[in-house]
Amino acid sequence: MKAVVVLFPGSNREGDAVRALEMATGKKPQIIWHAETELPAGTDLVLLPGGFSYGDYLRCGAIAGRAAIMDAVRAHAARGGLVLGICNGFQILCEGGLLPGVLMRNRDLRFICKMQNLRVERADTAFTRAYSKGQVIKVAIAHGEGNYEADEETIKRLEGDGRVAFRYCDESGLVNDATNPNGSTNGIAGIYSQKMNVLGMMPHPENLIDPLVGGIDGAGLFKSLIAA
Amino acid sequence: MKARVTVTLKNGVLDPQGKAIEGALKSFGIEGVDSVRQGKVFDIELSTQDRAQAETLLKAACEKLLANTVVENYRVEIV
Repeated sequence: MKAVVVLFPGSNREGDAVRALEMATGKKPQIIWHAETELPAGTDLVLLPGGFSYGDYLRCGAIAGRAAIMDAVRAHAARGGLVLGICNGFQILCEGGLLPGVLMRNRDLRFICKMQNLRVERADTAFTRAYSKGQVIKVAIAHGEGNYEADEETIKRLEGDGRVAFRYCDESGLVNDATNPNGSTNGIAGIYSQKMNVLGMMPHPENLIDPLVGGIDGAGLFKSLIAA
Repeated sequence: MKARVTVTLKNGVLDPQGKAIEGALKSFGIEGVDSVRQGKVFDIELSTQDRAQAETLLKAACEKLLANTVVENYRVEIV
């Protein structure tokens, strides 16, 4: 598994992403700058980390989504290569046209930073095979714009094709308005591309890989990836 | 040549910021506000003097970056 982490001006979770990938793969992933036009030869996984690329100017992820490296990331995804966007990385994937929909301001306008239960919607993808279907995992969320919205037809297609990766839930796996922190349609916390090789998610699995910080529920995602 | 691009949320897209501003206006006692929708304005200076060319490039700018057409509409005025 050769993993690459893309760094944009204003990214700030790349250190956590590198640590999680290194723990899972035993190899330090390469960090590449957004102005590059090519991915390193043999790249299997591209990770777009969290943060505030370009200071969230214009719209979250809008400028980064059109950065030079994104053409190479789009081509990598079109070839079936794996792409994971976490938090701001998810916003970048939506703005960059790799995933449908948009992340709007949280319903209550507040930046939310807390632990959150997620329900794993399917366990047969490159990102989730170390989990089981319906499993509830506890990871961190930290975002001001995580409210996933798309037009009705897109939501229908995502739901119909099983492209919802994770939903916000309570500890028993219940998904409803009270367990939804940010107002996302159908409690969506992450979605897959049509070919299931691109995953965008608002929560931070890369922060929950070490018992020292109170949980390791995020480690499964990175373990899944090395099996891919 | 100067242009102004206005980007607004499409009808039906929830606008919590607009709602908050609307609530604030009402709480300040400003009567008669039915609703507020928030948007963005871009004042752009262009090197071209050709109107048609300006319109084409502004449309490209809006489609490519200034507006997210999933949730936003844009309007271009050449002033």
